[in-house]
Amino acid sequence: MKIHEYQAKSLLKEFNIPLPKGELAESPEDAKTIAKKLAKPVVLKAQIHAGGRGKAGGILMAENPDDAYQKASSLIGKRLITPQSSPEGKLVRKLLVEEQLKIKKEFYLSFVIDRAKRRLIAMVSKFGGMEIEEIAKTDPKAILKEEIDPLIGLKRFQAIRIALGLGVRYSEAAKLSGIILALYKAFYKWDCSLIEINPLVLTEDKGWVALDLKINFDDNGLFRHPELKELRDIYEENPLEVEATKYNLNYIKLDGNVGCMVNGAGLAMATMDLILHSGGKPANFLDVGGGATAEMVEKGFEVLLSDKDVKVIFINIFGGILRCDTLAKGVVEATKKHTVPYPVVIRMEGTNVEEGRKILKDSGLNFIVAKSMAEGAKKAVEAIS
Amino acid sequence: MSILIDKKTKVIVQGITGSEGRFHTSKMLEYGTNIVAGVTPGKGGQNVEGIPVFNTVMEAVKEKGADASAIFVPPAFAADAIIEAAEASIPLIVCFTEGIPTLDMVQVRYYLDQKGTKLIGPNTPGIISPGKSKIGLMAGYIHKEGEIGVISRSGTLTYEVVDQLTHLGLGQSTCIGIGGDPIIGLNFVDILDLFNKDPDTKGVILIGEIGGQAEEEAAKFIKDSFNKPVVAFIAGQTAPPGRRMGHAGAIIAGGSGTATHKMEALSNAGAKVVKSPANIGMAMFELMKNKG
Repeated sequence: MKIHEYQAKSLLKEFNIPLPKGELAESPEDAKTIAKKLAKPVVLKAQIHAGGRGKAGGILMAENPDDAYQKASSLIGKRLITPQSSPEGKLVRKLLVEEQLKIKKEFYLSFVIDRAKRRLIAMVSKFGGMEIEEIAKTDPKAILKEEIDPLIGLKRFQAIRIALGLGVRYSEAAKLSGIILALYKAFYKWDCSLIEINPLVLTEDKGWVALDLKINFDDNGLFRHPELKELRDIYEENPLEVEATKYNLNYIKLDGNVGCMVNGAGLAMATMDLILHSGGKPANFLDVGGGATAEMVEKGFEVLLSDKDVKVIFINIFGGILRCDTLAKGVVEATKKHTVPYPVVIRMEGTNVEEGRKILKDSGLNFIVAKSMAEGAKKAVEAIS
Repeated sequence: MSILIDKKTKVIVQGITGSEGRFHTSKMLEYGTNIVAGVTPGKGGQNVEGIPVFNTVMEAVKEKGADASAIFVPPAFAADAIIEAAEASIPLIVCFTEGIPTLDMVQVRYYLDQKGTKLIGPNTPGIISPGKSKIGLMAGYIHKEGEIGVISRSGTLTYEVVDQLTHLGLGQSTCIGIGGDPIIGLNFVDILDLFNKDPDTKGVILIGEIGGQAEEEAAKFIKDSFNKPVVAFIAGQTAPPGRRMGHAGAIIAGGSGTATHKMEALSNAGAKVVKSPANIGMAMFELMKNKG
């Protein structure tokens, strides 16, 4: 789960991470009031769930409260198209208004789980404010890493070692090691999947400050932290995706027109690939899961129906735990309740496939039945070309 | 022959009294799996499908002995269950649980490495040696005893491939889902190594997907040490970047993790890489035919 910068900063307050002074603005008036209170030049930062917002014009400087009002008016309600957003961009609803700082130098600091090493690692770089992927490509030696032993945890000497690697004075490295150790505790406290401070800045008058902060949570850990659920911002998500999560359906909206419903993530991805190889484009990824009920299948079908881009539906199910008769019942129920203005291609195999096929046949509805996934993808693509 | 499990493998089921545990215990027994005991704390003394239930793994092992454990325990308690099985010196653990927190798995994997325990999963359909035994969720009837090994990160896609193989008359020696989570137990390389040493496995199908670098590591192993034909497929060729692979994964992989990168690596290693999931079985059929 992703959260906004202002939420991440507010979470880390209890860990004494030094942050710029600032508040959240939901209107130009708010921005003006906050700038007045801070009584110095401010920076306005668009709060959206997509990186690269600086280049997209999502971060603006303002010299005084009136300027802050003007700049905030131009940002709120604007769509920001960043390298990480969808093509239509992200709508800006909120701004973080913060004091401008006197920056001496920018750095990078993060905690991530290294899948290959199966460890949590801390990473720093003396190149802050840039994308870490870029540094990894152009100058991998500029990234310093500390692997954290799962039993012993992150030790102070390790934190000092990478801090010193940044080429700062010992007194500064020692202070930074405190921040690094605090972030490590925060990572465990909330079952994070990423904590990233980029840039982490050394200022002329206030020492270290976490200028920008990003926290992602491990979705599998969320059950241990019910308080974090409130931080979810559904405006940042596709409405169809929000609807799908209500029924535990794993759905991602894509830009094609072949709606797909599949059980299992691997088969769902493979089905999308097959549609592409057959000359079509998938409208979505939808995994109804191994243990889907008739109701979940029905809801999944409804999500596809409410996607205006969909021109044909391809259902590809390999029955295991999800039995084919359960699937067939769900699809028939959904089709009876709604008008389906386009063809529905169904391919079923596996547990109770004969019962499933009989339910489809007896329903009197006009489904296109395919015997293999290749045939199904071909028929789906043919139906719209 | 087969790898990791056969008819003699004694299996205990942790979480046997839950609905999943109960259902799959009956299915595994039906298939011929040698289940000797179940474990659910607080339910010791009961029995499920005629299988005695114990409160702790240690007790079950002491009374009945065990070569493997099948774990059907909810995410909040699954890490504990895996460590309990390893602590009781069970050499092979299959954990089906989906949704175990990643930081829990960091610790679990560390402990298992110290103990030398083998783990399949978590978030896996399990393992089947057709005609012999299964510790898994897969429908037994789609499989056929034979000479093709199957390794996969997926569940239903594996069933699809097995179905293709069986329809072409190609049986399987052992099929293993290694699990879809970021941190798992046995990986592609571990299992390729076992298939390499199994005289009755004549060819291997590897089904990967986007994210991480397990397929790249497999490619390196295939190039350096694997001497049997491999057919590979990578799911997610059309997946949008950034949705599944978070920021973090991309950094560490240093640009790898995409389907294209993995397909290239496997192809360069000499594997027959198939683009369409519909042609996986047929590709192996042709390799086997040419081999005679």
